[in-house]
Amino acid sequence: MFRGGDSELFFRNQYFGSSFFDFLKIEYPHLLPDFSAYLKECQPDSLKSELHGTTILALNYADGSIIAGDRMATEGYQVASRRIEKVFKADEHSAIAIAGAAGPCLEIAKLFQTELEHYEKIEGEELAVEGKANKLAQMIRMNLPAALQGLVVIPIFVGYDTKRREGRIFKYDITGGRYEEDDYYATGSGGKDARAVLKRLFRKGMSLEEAVKVAMEALIEAADEDRGTAGPDLIRGIYPTVKTVTEKGIDDVDEPMIKSICEEIIARRKEK
Amino acid sequence: MPLPFYVSPEQMVQDKAEYARKGIAKGKSIIAMEYEDGIILTAENPSTSLNKISEIYDRIAFAGVGKYSEFENLRKVGIRYADMKGYLYSREDVTAKSLGNAYSQAISTIFTQEIKPLEVEILVVEVGDDKSSNAIYHISFDGTITDYKGFVVLGGQSERIKVFLQEHYKENLPLVDALRLCRDALSRTGIETPGHEINLEVAILDRRRKGRKFKRLSREEIRALLGEAQGPK
Repeated sequence: MFRGGDSELFFRNQYFGSSFFDFLKIEYPHLLPDFSAYLKECQPDSLKSELHGTTILALNYADGSIIAGDRMATEGYQVASRRIEKVFKADEHSAIAIAGAAGPCLEIAKLFQTELEHYEKIEGEELAVEGKANKLAQMIRMNLPAALQGLVVIPIFVGYDTKRREGRIFKYDITGGRYEEDDYYATGSGGKDARAVLKRLFRKGMSLEEAVKVAMEALIEAADEDRGTAGPDLIRGIYPTVKTVTEKGIDDVDEPMIKSICEEIIARRKEK
Repeated sequence: MPLPFYVSPEQMVQDKAEYARKGIAKGKSIIAMEYEDGIILTAENPSTSLNKISEIYDRIAFAGVGKYSEFENLRKVGIRYADMKGYLYSREDVTAKSLGNAYSQAISTIFTQEIKPLEVEILVVEVGDDKSSNAIYHISFDGTITDYKGFVVLGGQSERIKVFLQEHYKENLPLVDALRLCRDALSRTGIETPGHEINLEVAILDRRRKGRKFKRLSREEIRALLGEAQGPK
């Protein structure tokens, strides 16, 4: 399993820091997500059309932030999955949502979760929100060669800042550029449509229910305009994922609440 | 080049063991005990920041006595081992049994090959879904690994504490009673003057928790549990 047995794993390592990502990079580079074979074969831009068929978003409300995403994965014009999860708990006080090529996205989400937990255990305390956001930026930067050839990974990161007592939202570009947003953000193929809705409906200090309503309005609008984004699937009973990021931790918003809000919005749209 | 003096293997092992024991005997003790909802780890520790007990993985905790720098290093390699395994396979595949064996191998190699043995004793404990699947492994300075049921004591004054616990330990104690028992046992080392309050470091592996079972109790939580007044620090 490991090079030369367990005792060697224990004491012959060169790396003594507190980053799991760097540990892998130095000791076990073969275990890092590596798409170099793909990069050699693939023509630039050949996959651009399949890219981030998704809408993910985050917005602040009274107790912190909510982060949400639709559930569909596409392969070209085909539906690859109707139930995929794009929103993940990263640790006790932060969550990420990821748009882009499914494989690298899931890989980076898993690596990021391990990274935060690893740091916390080794050092005995969590990274600051800013530190977590920067760590994620490094991982996205690592993915740049693959991103240039189509395997894009674009996350939204939301962390609850226990010192400032507020939720903080970070967006990224493919080069690992990291930008903090004030109140809300949406990205993915339906991101622009969702942002327009968020811009129109967002108010500071909303209750959880109001915030979820705004998020669903944005996702339903994005699903309406963008073929890569799925709205609530009432027939199969599949609804977007919504998580809250607050002082108490990361929580899923109950499905019955999401369901009734979605039904309400759709009913109102029918009347028009 | 002059020939080194001949030392018989028995003599060498004995000398090393004696050296390691001396180092460990200076340290304060730790108790790991099964209670109603999991496993409680209690250490006497005057420091609030240099921990002897720590989280390794979802269900696994680590505790060490002896030389801080040495068990701290063991703790970190343990975390790397566990996170690596969980990343490579799945979270359920990380077990105290495999980690304990890896520690045992590594410590035993150091004991036989290095001039200076490690002056540490460590515990690897894992909480199971029910009491029968709890695991407590004790690994000594020479790599000997032993598993325990109920409770285990390690560190300098362990014999005296063990005798006390053998008399008073009961299965399925509630958390409060288990903590009290550990506190009473640890204050029985005979060094403290009567009425002296010892500083406890306490962590639990609580099987009722979701995901990561490890929880470190703060000084305030410990005081509240022990029903003591909020005295000055």
